[in-house]
Amino acid sequence: MSMVIDRPETEEREHPSAPFLRMDRIPHIWCPGCGIGVALKCFATALEESKVDLDKTAIVSGIGCSGRAAGYMKLDGFHTTHGRAIPFAIGLKMGRPELNVVVFSGDGDLVGIGGNHFIHTARRNQDLLVIMVNNFNYAMTGGQNAPTTPAPAKTSTMPYGNFELPFNVAHLAASCGAAYVARWTCLQVRRMTKSFKEALLKKGFRFIEVIAPCATLYARLNKLGLGLDLMRFYHENTEIRHGADTRDVAIGFQDKIICGKFVDIEKPTHSELMHAHYRKILGDRYMPTPPEGGMLRGKD
Amino acid sequence: MEADPAGVLTGVHYFDGDYACGEGAMAAGCRFVAGYPITPSTEVVERISQRFPLIGGTFIQMEDELASMAAIVGASWTGTKSMTVTSGPGFSLMMENIGLAAMMEVPCVVVNVQRGGPSTGLPTMVGQQDIMQARWGSHGDYEVIAFSPQSPQEAFNLMIDAFNIAEVYRTPVMFMMDECVGHMSEKVVIPKAEEIQVVPRKLTTKSPDEFLPYVPDENLVPDFARAGDGYKFHTTGLTHDERGYPEMSVRCQEKCVRRLVDKLRLNADKIIRFEEEKTEGADVVLVTYGITARVARMAIDMVRKKGVKVGVIRLIVVWPFPEKRIRELAGKIKAFVVPEINYGQLVLEVERCAAGKAPAILVSHMGGGVHNPEDVADAIMEAAK
Repeated sequence: MSMVIDRPETEEREHPSAPFLRMDRIPHIWCPGCGIGVALKCFATALEESKVDLDKTAIVSGIGCSGRAAGYMKLDGFHTTHGRAIPFAIGLKMGRPELNVVVFSGDGDLVGIGGNHFIHTARRNQDLLVIMVNNFNYAMTGGQNAPTTPAPAKTSTMPYGNFELPFNVAHLAASCGAAYVARWTCLQVRRMTKSFKEALLKKGFRFIEVIAPCATLYARLNKLGLGLDLMRFYHENTEIRHGADTRDVAIGFQDKIICGKFVDIEKPTHSELMHAHYRKILGDRYMPTPPEGGMLRGKD
Repeated sequence: MEADPAGVLTGVHYFDGDYACGEGAMAAGCRFVAGYPITPSTEVVERISQRFPLIGGTFIQMEDELASMAAIVGASWTGTKSMTVTSGPGFSLMMENIGLAAMMEVPCVVVNVQRGGPSTGLPTMVGQQDIMQARWGSHGDYEVIAFSPQSPQEAFNLMIDAFNIAEVYRTPVMFMMDECVGHMSEKVVIPKAEEIQVVPRKLTTKSPDEFLPYVPDENLVPDFARAGDGYKFHTTGLTHDERGYPEMSVRCQEKCVRRLVDKLRLNADKIIRFEEEKTEGADVVLVTYGITARVARMAIDMVRKKGVKVGVIRLIVVWPFPEKRIRELAGKIKAFVVPEINYGQLVLEVERCAAGKAPAILVSHMGGGVHNPEDVADAIMEAAK
């Protein structure tokens, strides 16, 4: 088990990601040892390094621990309803096509209650970066069983251990048609950041799964130690396998975690298909929603 | 602001209420629609999906009604006038995100072409059973605006008003059609674009540094910043302060939710709309809305021929309800008669406002058809005794 040590004296300095964060909302709500903050920091770094236009970048979250992410980024940030971050984001993107829209949410939100939206948006290859923090349980509500909980892990609603078969979400995304699929653990901050950066600059449905420790609930209920112990577990039990067949990357309980970039393909996006089709059928009569959006402008 | 001519199909047409509703939306400036097929509302989105590529709008058929409602809330944050269209079962699925639209204060229009319920009920046949759901369907305290057209022409006209008032109060607006009005074909006159006034999104004039997303104006309505204009604002379905930041406190709940409700309650007199006919000296007042108002015309003619003094309140806006007028009339008449295609919904509101001064008599039709006018006439005759 880890030891808690006293913090050494340090000088007050601004957080390097401060320009990308709502510092007036810090401290955040996440527990000590949680991995969501790591993913958010990597995302902030990726925003900085990819040089995307921050004025034109929006972040959308659903409900849950990871769902709070939208509230900490200094972007147009939308904290929506449980499971509906993706369709909300679709509305933003289609309403104003020039926006870069990022969905940042948790496993329960995106593939539990929101699973239908996830598969259909991947099927249409809609222009969205979806970052899913997977902590294997519903943490905000107290550690209940999730569609990602490996068997036979204990959760508060599976006190005798989970007997259900979980989703392999990377495979779900890939088989539904995602243009980009990657998975990293919270220990792999540089690779995760690089993946975020790459995906920010790509079109189509991009899905990145971040395996994150939940020290307070999942780890405690399963006697896995603190956040640091889980980081050590990732260090010793992660294998990077780029281009792996996503059928082979399911995550077992305290089993080896296969990470890497599994899918990175070019295929026409939903909006590209729509524009091409209407132009072909309607010719000059086709009037698409302009990039700056469908807001009415006109005479007073 | 004058309507964008691209969306206005000026001319004299013969089409059904669903098409008229779709044309009204396009004339009003609606440029984003997300929907899921459901009878008897589908013709609205069929019309829109045909016309949108020609007028700069985007239609998407979503995977379900939860997604449709969430998508229009997202799209409205870009300043794009947005709408979804459904019927009873889909309306039920939309309720959570209607609450989100109310809480985030996002203008949008939700069309419900009502059929008989509960559950799958009567998919192809008329009902007026969602009128209370329109008011109370999502959880928590909030207010809505709901329209109820009685004809295709009115569906067109009121659609423009629905979009406009959604902008004025930054609120979701329920457009409560019914299967009869939706599937009834009549003459619909669409005026020239310059004759149609549309209300644009009220964008903030403040700079991003000084802008706070939930500071109300004198009408209790905050200024709007749209996504992508550099304001980097935050908004949430959680109870929030003027910065749009969540705050879980009694104080913040009091301030946030009381204003949300007061925004429509205190402005109700400006929103309420009804037609009033011969209520002066009337013994009985018929309170009616939607297709039932059309059917009741015959009953009114029948009883007037027999010398009964009957007045009419036809609700154009159902919510907010004309509480004061019902209260005034209650002291002067013998009874209200309320025909509805349900087992008694709006009659409860009439009864509440009448506060015991006059009975509110329900003439119920359980759905699938409209009233026999004689049943309404009999109820009026009985009430006038």
